[in-house]
Amino acid sequence: MNNIIRPYGDTMNDGAVQLSFTLPVAHSAKADEAAKQYAHQLGFEEVEVVHSNPLSDDFTFFVIYGKSQQQIDYDKIEVEAVEKSMDFYEVNNFIKEQIKRKVVVVGACTGTDAHTVGIDAIMNMKGFDQHYGLERYPMMEAHNLGAQVPNEELIKKAVELNADAILVSQVVTQKEVHIQNMTDLVELLEAEGLRSKLIVAAGGPRISNKLALELGYDVGFGRGTYPENVASFIVEKMVERK
Amino acid sequence: MSQTKLNLDQSKIDRARALSKEITQPVNAYIKQHTTVAIERATLRMLGADGVTPDDVPVPNAIVNALGSDIQYGASKYYINALIRKNLSVEQLNAEIAKGLDIAKLELTDMSLIQEKAKELVAGFSHRVKGNVAYRTSKISEHKEKENAPLLYLIVATGNIYEDVQQAQAAARQGADVIAVIRTTGQSLLDFVPYGATTEGFGGTYATQENFKIMRKALDETGNEIGKYIRLVNYCSGLCMPEIAAMGAIERLDMMLNDSMYGVLFRDINMYRTFVDQKFSRMINAFAEITINSGEDNYLTTSDAYEKAYTVTASQFINEQFAYDSGLPAKLMGLGHAFEMDPKIENGFLYEMAQAQMARELFPEAPLKYMPPTKYMTGDIFKGYIMNAMFNFIAKSTNQGILLLGMLTEAIHTPFMQDRFLAVENARYILNNTKDFANDIEFKKGGIMQTRAQNVLDETIEFMENINEKGLFDSIEQKMFAEVSRPKHGGKGFDGVHEKAAEYFNPVYDYLELELGLKN
Repeated sequence: MNNIIRPYGDTMNDGAVQLSFTLPVAHSAKADEAAKQYAHQLGFEEVEVVHSNPLSDDFTFFVIYGKSQQQIDYDKIEVEAVEKSMDFYEVNNFIKEQIKRKVVVVGACTGTDAHTVGIDAIMNMKGFDQHYGLERYPMMEAHNLGAQVPNEELIKKAVELNADAILVSQVVTQKEVHIQNMTDLVELLEAEGLRSKLIVAAGGPRISNKLALELGYDVGFGRGTYPENVASFIVEKMVERK
Repeated sequence: MSQTKLNLDQSKIDRARALSKEITQPVNAYIKQHTTVAIERATLRMLGADGVTPDDVPVPNAIVNALGSDIQYGASKYYINALIRKNLSVEQLNAEIAKGLDIAKLELTDMSLIQEKAKELVAGFSHRVKGNVAYRTSKISEHKEKENAPLLYLIVATGNIYEDVQQAQAAARQGADVIAVIRTTGQSLLDFVPYGATTEGFGGTYATQENFKIMRKALDETGNEIGKYIRLVNYCSGLCMPEIAAMGAIERLDMMLNDSMYGVLFRDINMYRTFVDQKFSRMINAFAEITINSGEDNYLTTSDAYEKAYTVTASQFINEQFAYDSGLPAKLMGLGHAFEMDPKIENGFLYEMAQAQMARELFPEAPLKYMPPTKYMTGDIFKGYIMNAMFNFIAKSTNQGILLLGMLTEAIHTPFMQDRFLAVENARYILNNTKDFANDIEFKKGGIMQTRAQNVLDETIEFMENINEKGLFDSIEQKMFAEVSRPKHGGKGFDGVHEKAAEYFNPVYDYLELELGLKN
């Protein structure tokens, strides 16, 4: 009971929050009042519309500050423990000692998705933000198939290369297109009896571990994932499955 | 404005241009001898072919499919022949083909009759496009003083053309000069252009002629209300590159994303197909005075912007040469580059400015297209907003031509309406506040920025020497661009490339070559 918290503005437990949003109405005093009352309905008190600006004849943008009496018991918060992953060197040593051969990984942006930023960050030699990509791992053989790869093609390639793991990147998630595509891949793998032989991972800015597990993947990687996080998971899972 | 800040060695710049000529020369030899299904379809469209069959096959595709390898003689010969043989108008013939008429089966009439009819159809196309050019030119000069410099470029991408219209009109009212309608993901790999108005797309909206028309009308309306000419952009890339150019010329688009190598590297389209297609598409763009935007920014989302800056500059030179070879003047070359260096790099701002200024000095007449940070944008919208401000400042102080505005919510979601507003506010503040900064500063002799630019130019030349030695086709195969390898006969669309027969007939190609001064 002693760890009840609220947002901190400038005083402990003041509950101060900043918001910005657009309402589909013309800019006017009435619009400002509507924004204020809307914030009240969200549970904010002492609401101040500090800025409003027309976006067009029919839309107005607002910046609002308010305070909320909502609070939360921090001690009751539970999250899945994030295990600390190995780094580049540890992964390679781990493979040398425990797997004793190169680990083959095939990755692609599947379906109609043309955004390779995610898969490139994980797989390309260069990597991302000073974290080397899987292609740079001496104990890994990484194949980045690029964008708009049909699921069938990805599976074919994985079989051909005798892959240990498949990485699927999904960036475009508009209208939930990724869900169908991700589901299709798992179904195809199961139909061909390959699912249990492969480690199947999904990644993307709107992919969570929870979602990926629900869809039948071994793991999901979201925003802020580095290549070594993916590599660690794959090699540890391989050893665990042995 | 044109005085140099970087003290670049003119003989090196000349060397780079000589190299790009040598690099593109063997490619041009290949281009000359080949046509593609997309070129034939584009030609048919410019002669009037339009509509769809009951199974949604566009009429130009139906014709080209029926002709098969006979497109080596030029599909327009058969189309025009059918008009004469059947004594039908273009509209009537389109309807017949849509219903199943196979024009490949008709006996060919006298070639002189076909040529005469071709002249009439080409004149109709030419009249329409020249009217578009005249309209655009007069509107731009009428409202010149309201334009931002650089032009502010905003993107809409709802998937629904009618929703796009709402957002585009709002963006124009907020101050955008240029509106791009992003295409639905995957369209670049379709070997046909969908038909009609569309309301379902993923990450963007289908490029269709009807959608072009709807957006053009909406932007003209808003433009007339606010007293400005709003430029419309689409994507002249992928397997239908020349067809999109043809549709854009007809519907008065003003800019087209149109790169000579982008499709090969980033969409795995076959290199021969892309090179042949890009030439004709650029001829059409040149004729319609459509500004092309090349895609060098894409190199930097894959490779490191600091280490691989020279690949951008080399690609700009190659894009420039291919554009010249298509009759496209420098003033229509929106050569691309981007602000994509890791924000943690010490003095990164100076390197970015050196790169942008170098592009300005290497291509003094080109309206350079400058792309905002994307790779290092995170969920921290506040930091992202500052990064966009730094980017805007460089754009203004190095006189970029086209400024694609960064979104503070890049990497989070498709932009909210308010995100575009905030982007325009950011840019307008900087454009106004630093209006004459570029003319008021010089770069320190031998300083960080001069040294950086000179080094990148040296690396560019070294890289181009290497490409020239290997040949462009082999260089692409050997991963020299964007760290990807594309096999010469791999990728999509190679089966659509055909060698031209000696009696190949393409009245639009011939007409454009004359108009653009590519042939006397």
